[in-house]
Amino acid sequence: MGTYELSELIEWDKRIRDKVAEFGLDCFPQEFEICDHNQMLGYMAYAGMPSHYPHWSYGKAYEKLKTLYDHGVSGLPYEMVINSNPALAYLMRDNTLSLQILTIAHVYAHNDFFKNNFTFRTTRPEFVLGAMKSHGQRVRSYIESPSIGIDRVEQVLDAAHALSLQCRRNLAVRKLSEEEQRQRKLEDAQPREDPFARVHKRQHSDTPDLRKVPLEPEEDLLLFIRDHNPFLEEWERDLLTIVHEEAQYFIPQIETKIMNEGWATFWHKRILESLNLPQDLHLEFLVRHNQVVRPIAGSLNPYHIGWKIWEDIYRRYEQPEPEEEEHLESGIRSGMEKIFSVRAADRDASFLRRHLTERLVRELNLFEYRVRGGDWVVTEVADAEGWRQIKETLIRSVGMNTVPVIKVEDADFGHHRTLLLVHEHDGRDLHLEYAEKTLAYVYQLWGRDVALQTMVNGKKVLLQFTDRGFTTRQLAR
Amino acid sequence: MVVPESIFRPFSPSDAERSDRAAGDRLRHRQKVRQCIRDNIADIVAEEAIIGKDGNRIIKVPIRGIKEYRFIYGENVPGVGQGDGEMEPGQVLRHGEGEAPGQPDRAGDRPGVDYYETDVTLDELVEIMFEDLELPDLERRKLRELPAQRVLRHKGYRRAGLRVRLDKRRTVKSKVRRRLASQRSAALVSGERFPFHENDLTYRHMVPDLKEESNAVVFCMMDTSGSMDTMKKYLARSFFFLLYQFVRAKYRNVELVFIAHHTEAREVSEEEFFHKGESGGTFISSAYQKALEIIQERYHPSLWNIYAFHCSDGDNFDADNATALKLAEELCQVANLFGYGEIKPLGSRYYESSMLQLFRRIAAENFHTVLIERKEDVWPSFKAFLARDRVRE
Repeated sequence: MGTYELSELIEWDKRIRDKVAEFGLDCFPQEFEICDHNQMLGYMAYAGMPSHYPHWSYGKAYEKLKTLYDHGVSGLPYEMVINSNPALAYLMRDNTLSLQILTIAHVYAHNDFFKNNFTFRTTRPEFVLGAMKSHGQRVRSYIESPSIGIDRVEQVLDAAHALSLQCRRNLAVRKLSEEEQRQRKLEDAQPREDPFARVHKRQHSDTPDLRKVPLEPEEDLLLFIRDHNPFLEEWERDLLTIVHEEAQYFIPQIETKIMNEGWATFWHKRILESLNLPQDLHLEFLVRHNQVVRPIAGSLNPYHIGWKIWEDIYRRYEQPEPEEEEHLESGIRSGMEKIFSVRAADRDASFLRRHLTERLVRELNLFEYRVRGGDWVVTEVADAEGWRQIKETLIRSVGMNTVPVIKVEDADFGHHRTLLLVHEHDGRDLHLEYAEKTLAYVYQLWGRDVALQTMVNGKKVLLQFTDRGFTTRQLAR
Repeated sequence: MVVPESIFRPFSPSDAERSDRAAGDRLRHRQKVRQCIRDNIADIVAEEAIIGKDGNRIIKVPIRGIKEYRFIYGENVPGVGQGDGEMEPGQVLRHGEGEAPGQPDRAGDRPGVDYYETDVTLDELVEIMFEDLELPDLERRKLRELPAQRVLRHKGYRRAGLRVRLDKRRTVKSKVRRRLASQRSAALVSGERFPFHENDLTYRHMVPDLKEESNAVVFCMMDTSGSMDTMKKYLARSFFFLLYQFVRAKYRNVELVFIAHHTEAREVSEEEFFHKGESGGTFISSAYQKALEIIQERYHPSLWNIYAFHCSDGDNFDADNATALKLAEELCQVANLFGYGEIKPLGSRYYESSMLQLFRRIAAENFHTVLIERKEDVWPSFKAFLARDRVRE
């Protein structure tokens, strides 16, 4: 280890924990593991999981990270925290003492966020390490099984990975069971209660088609295929389940990147400022902190944006400008009270929608760009007209809003057992080459023809993948 | 609120060494990259950049096909970035195709330019090329060998020897055995030191061995008459490159002979061979004559595997044809493989005479003619050519 002993770290950790408690952060028990840069690369390639099932894409991720690191294009993160209970964090042994102190404080804030933000409620952090391990063992057992082997396992995993994010996004909303969906369908079909039923003409009601599969458009693509393709073998079903479960575990992290990094940055700054660091450590901390929150020209630094918004929310509830006062939530007595409630109740999209003000858009120098004829052109800048548009665009490019919403509409389209998917088009077209290749994966898993209804350049289009390959057909409006 | 005590696990160097957990997945990814290279081998071979012969040289090979596809948004989707505060609407951030200006990592990413290049060494590439050739019995074929090269072979154990050849496992075993024996005879106080004895030391014994070494020579013959332009020479060069790599992969010791000819033939250096143009007419026979002379002098067929290849545009003087045919047949007698490649870039073939007709009369099995019209032909022709390789008894 660098120029300090483990005992010093433990000493500093104790002081940090006192501050963490004083500020009211609410954490899982924390475990730190000191690792070198090779181990860090390994952890990064597998999203931090100490055990994970094997797949070549993680090898590719590793090679990419290593190449970037070796060529000095990108450094390694100073830490990595896993949403588990107890929370597991890796610290790079080459970090200086000042950096380790900053990192430890940062880790506790992530830990608090994992424990308290509502999106993480479904992630079952007590079991995640065991679950990952069990996934790994199962996948390995299929690979080693002489009747299955790596090639077939890989085929299924390749396809499942391609579809893993086509699933329900808001996991806090409970998924209705089939029976409940049926009930709801029936109730919806009933005519509305009418106190004057005797004088009115009898209302017309249709009997709903309860044989339709799925009853309501289904977002969990992998699970739907798992449950409705009778020709899948047991191990194939299991692989789809594994990939689906893992995606579900990671979705909250995708959904709260800006909030979570901003929250950790907000707190590491506050904690370190309250620690009375010796001057040399303090100076280095300032330099490091500024590196972390440096805006990256032409891109988005979630640490910077998140941190700025958190600081601004805090300020608004401590020293509001006169014109801001009327917009403040009533009954909130302090900035601290406000930010703790926001950290529990928002995700990136709602966080930005509620708290990214015109003033912040200007301060952060946000701008919007589009591709025109192959060039990247600035289309809106942070001014009185442009800021709303920029905010809307930003909200659409965070979290799961970057993943097109595609639902299973019909498993028996045209009475040919064709799987019909419908893309809920919101003005953004699909990337067609990617759509074609991904549809091929759907076809592979479904085992019969598949079709995807979407819009291309304002026209309704049906993309199909059949035994004769990929075709597109324009649909009447 | 009380924050529970945290646990610190110190760095463990032994864990760090053992924990190359990505190794298996990297290997698998690497295999996919290789598969990709193999699928595109014809394109890659046709690229001028790889033609050269330094085995350690690193080549950039463009790879497609190991993208991880998902449903993602296409190009009509706007993005947001942070600027310096001096941005103007209409300002162009960057021109042309490319990735968004440093998009942050996020799931459901835009398609990066996943058309990336990978580094392979020339040797690796050659290995992949020959996997592609699907000639599984290549190695087992009998080569013309001559005994040479002393290598050391392991043969038994000795009580005395060089320290580097100490067999630690056997030495320790012998010590353990001795200790058990002495425990049984004399009551040994436990914990007492029981050192190694001279008799415990066991050394691996090595004996010199004879290894068969095989030699090969590649004769590159090319028409450098006025009608051979740069394009034709480039195609010829691609072919020679492949031939050289193939022979090098197969034999320990490979020599190259370059013969340039117009109406007369000369042995030249590689540099001259590919870069010096000459002018004048063409006597193909002169090159074959020269090759036969050189074989006679330096590369006796009983000691050398001879590969000869001749590239020309086929524009030979009629008067020379009979001699050329005769000498070509002679060359077939001594060579493992003799080939004639006629290079006629598309469009030129109808105006010039061809040797292909004439050479059809050669009955030897190890003779092969190819017609190369464009660079995509090089690899398939080369494969066809090698199929004729025969090993003489």
